Amino acid sequence: MNFSEVFKQSNQLCKVSPDGKYLATCVQYRLVIRDVNTLQILNLYTCLDQISHMEWSSDSLFILCAMYKRGLVQVWSLEQPDWHCKIDEGSIGLVSSRWSPDGRHILNTTEFHLRITVWSLCTKAVSYIKYPKACQKGLDFSRDGCYMALAERRDCKDYVSIFVCDDWHLLRHFETETQDLSGLEWSPNGCVLCLSCLQYKMLLYSLDGRLLSTYSAYEWSLGIKSVSWSPSSQFLAIGSFDEKVRILNHITWKKIAQFEHPAIIDNTKTVYKEIEKRPAVSSDEMSLHDITVASSLFSTQSKYDISPLPVQIPVVKPDPDRANPKIGVSALAFSSDSRYIATKNDNMATAVWVWDMQKLRLEAVLEQTSTIRCFQWDPRRPRLALCTGNSKLYLWSPGGCVSVQVPAEGGFQVHSLNWHCSGDSLILIGKDQLCLCYMDKRVKY
Amino acid sequence: MGDWGLTETSMDNYEISSLSHVEMSPSRHNNLMSAYSLPSSKSSYSVISAFCTEDNIPQCISYINQELGSLGLAAHIQADPPGRASLNAAPALNAMYELLQIHRRTMNSVEELEKEQLKKTSTLEHMQTSNSRLKDQLELSIREKSGLHETERQLQLKLKTLQSCLKTEKDEVQKLQSIIASRASQYSHDAKRKEREAAKLKERLSQLLVDRKDKKLAIEMLNSLGRSDGKRSHWKTAKATASREAEMYKSLLSDYEASQRALMLENAELQKVLQQMKKEMMHILSPCPPLNRGGSAEESQELGDSDREERSAETSRETLDQSCEHAREQLTNSIRQQWRKLRNHVQKLDNQASLVQNQPPSNAEVIPLETHEQEVERMRLEVQQCKEFIHAQQQLLQQQLNTSFDDETAALLNGCYTLEEKERLKEEWRLFDEQKRNFEKERKNFTEAAIRLGREKRAFEEDRAAWLKHQFLSMTPFADRMRSSSSDGQSALSVKSEPEIKTSSSKVPPVKSSAYTTFSTPKPSKSAAVPSTIDVCRTLRLIPDYSSSRHSNQRRWQESGATEDEESWLKSKSKVCSSDLSIFSLDEDKNPLT
Repeated sequence: MNFSEVFKQSNQLCKVSPDGKYLATCVQYRLVIRDVNTLQILNLYTCLDQISHMEWSSDSLFILCAMYKRGLVQVWSLEQPDWHCKIDEGSIGLVSSRWSPDGRHILNTTEFHLRITVWSLCTKAVSYIKYPKACQKGLDFSRDGCYMALAERRDCKDYVSIFVCDDWHLLRHFETETQDLSGLEWSPNGCVLCLSCLQYKMLLYSLDGRLLSTYSAYEWSLGIKSVSWSPSSQFLAIGSFDEKVRILNHITWKKIAQFEHPAIIDNTKTVYKEIEKRPAVSSDEMSLHDITVASSLFSTQSKYDISPLPVQIPVVKPDPDRANPKIGVSALAFSSDSRYIATKNDNMATAVWVWDMQKLRLEAVLEQTSTIRCFQWDPRRPRLALCTGNSKLYLWSPGGCVSVQVPAEGGFQVHSLNWHCSGDSLILIGKDQLCLCYMDKRVKY
Repeated sequence: MGDWGLTETSMDNYEISSLSHVEMSPSRHNNLMSAYSLPSSKSSYSVISAFCTEDNIPQCISYINQELGSLGLAAHIQADPPGRASLNAAPALNAMYELLQIHRRTMNSVEELEKEQLKKTSTLEHMQTSNSRLKDQLELSIREKSGLHETERQLQLKLKTLQSCLKTEKDEVQKLQSIIASRASQYSHDAKRKEREAAKLKERLSQLLVDRKDKKLAIEMLNSLGRSDGKRSHWKTAKATASREAEMYKSLLSDYEASQRALMLENAELQKVLQQMKKEMMHILSPCPPLNRGGSAEESQELGDSDREERSAETSRETLDQSCEHAREQLTNSIRQQWRKLRNHVQKLDNQASLVQNQPPSNAEVIPLETHEQEVERMRLEVQQCKEFIHAQQQLLQQQLNTSFDDETAALLNGCYTLEEKERLKEEWRLFDEQKRNFEKERKNFTEAAIRLGREKRAFEEDRAAWLKHQFLSMTPFADRMRSSSSDGQSALSVKSEPEIKTSSSKVPPVKSSAYTTFSTPKPSKSAAVPSTIDVCRTLRLIPDYSSSRHSNQRRWQESGATEDEESWLKSKSKVCSSDLSIFSLDEDKNPLT
């Protein structure tokens, strides 16, 4: 495993183009485009203000930079560096900006969710979508880029509109059986739309607006916390505040499995426990050595141990008086082959749980020494990368578990990570730096 | 008191008649009455001592006789002839003797009674103590009971208070629930109101924005882009809308079709499994009735069942494709029947097994038992042999370890090791042979080159000799004649002068040098038979047509280099990258040359 040198970035804005050739990073008001392989700067664009959001178009030809404070969006072309485009939303303000799947339209959500403005880069035409609902995930494009589902709120009722992305034709518009819709998501095959509420209610609509099924596990007010489709569209995983993950199947839309997150684990294959050890250096040795050794003093080494069962996972009791209590499954992700699912339970923030979807049981638990910030599956292989806000990168695969120290100077701390689409490299994002990690292609974990 | 009771009982028990007599007698003898009624008193004794005097002997005698008579004794005390104050001794003594006897008996009975009395008193005492103890116990339990009563009362009180508490809590809960409900309704109402307000505000805001004709809202672009699919946009028409719908339904349909196909596949798979299971079941069940032929009627019925079963199975298989509903029903039916049969069969087997267990071991079972034992014996023997072997081996090993082993075992063991070594060596030898063959090939190439070089050299020498001769001749007075004669037959090379040749040869090498270095470095050995490499390379420079064959050689060298690199890759990865890269780049450089 090799690491690149460290580059600057701001706002944790760095993304690899969808074709995997370029790496775009934002440094204050500058946008830097690099070649992923050589890391040489190919282009450098200067925006009008500090960039708050950046996104590649689907064809990797354009980059959108949004400056929410100024209500501005600037678009840059990779092929024609002198081509430019500036969209000003005016005094209405801007809270979110994104590409349409064809890469020729930009959807801007105005402040107060007043409307969504659709700008066409082909015709300069502008169109509005009114009444968008202000919720967690109110807008989703189908994976093939054909359809857009949008949650709307009119007269205190929830509606869903389905648009054809090609010409923004309204295909379907229907009222949903929800009190307060919180999110919607297309299935990967683009034929089923799942709608979720905070109160445990999951509605599944067909593309043509028919209600296929509803599912509710319980009636309490804190219900669904996270939803994820398997890449095969076969399963729908629902993480909830009762610390459980329920898996629905795609034929009957009934629950086929329920994964609980108990504090005492006694029925899994392996529990990997991260063990930190500080390098023992005696005082006289310290006085002899120079500063470089002293700096290595602060970096702790860690390794994984296999704990004998049963294992007690540290649990933090959430404060019931505060909003958004830290309890329940907040993150779940299927591996690219739909074989595994990784989950994180918020009141056991130091553990990642990996479940086997073939055997429908717990495969492994990774118990870290600090809180897990981010985890992501390799887009090609069943390999999970995670970070905990320290200077280490952790990898899990069915074969085992490793922890790797990022050899960057000056205490590089990994706050977030992103896989390259080939699965060969990994972008590690720190507070205001980033670093690329190249996987060894020969070593299979 | 005891004494008194004792006398009373003795009088009651033994001498009732005499007592009555005694009590009666005082009526006649008043003077003696008082004396007799109080026999134990001292005063009475003094009276008795004065019972018989000289004067009243006859009266005494009669009295005694009377008394004796009343006691049931023969009263034959007779006085001697009157006037003489003496008794007839024999009857008096007899009477006395009898009296003594009576007395003794009485004394005995008195003793017994005393004993009994003692016993009684002791039991009485015992009773009394136990009684007092029981009384204490009673007292204690009474006290306990009162205590328990007290605690019970307290608990009851507590219960009552808790019940009241519970009631209040329940009330509280109810109240809170109602509060929550009212709050919830109020909240939802408020939320709705707020949302309406917000919607109104939003409406107003957008209206205002539209009215203000916000000029800032704009898009600036250098030039418009083409559509990503390269097509031109369409007008929005009814036809387009219809086509959108059609497309949507098409995608839905395709999805449903895909899922249906998947389900069908799964279904077919399951059906296959089912059929197979059924077949196997039949296979298991069908031979069982013939085995137990002559059994009960149930079995024969079962046989018929299975026949019917098979028929129904056949039909079910046929109709399976025709009508799903029907087929499913039949399938489930047949499976149910077969399951029942299987269960019966298993039960029967169970019964048989239990029967067999209960039966005494028959001859049929004895024989395998014997063979079994024989087998076991044989195996034991084998194990013993094996153990001996192992022991011997261990001993040998031990001997070797003690370094005082004899040559034979040493040779044997060395043989073991050398065998392994030999294998490894063979492998290495093979590799070496391969390398050798490669080298041979190389060498052949080199010798060929050397031969050509020799030939060239000779030609060159000849040329030079010719040229020298020519020079020599030109220097000689008869030069003109020689030049004119040789200029026709001269080769192109010979025409050139020495410096010209030098420049032409020095032009080529700098370009080729890089290629040459990679080519020559891997060469590990130079044989003495072959011309030296310097000669070879000189030839190479001079002969342009050789480069193509050399290039192929280089390729192979690179390949071998790559395999070496792969081995070294495992040792150090970073180095490999660089070496790989360098080889690659060199190769690319060479391509235009050759």
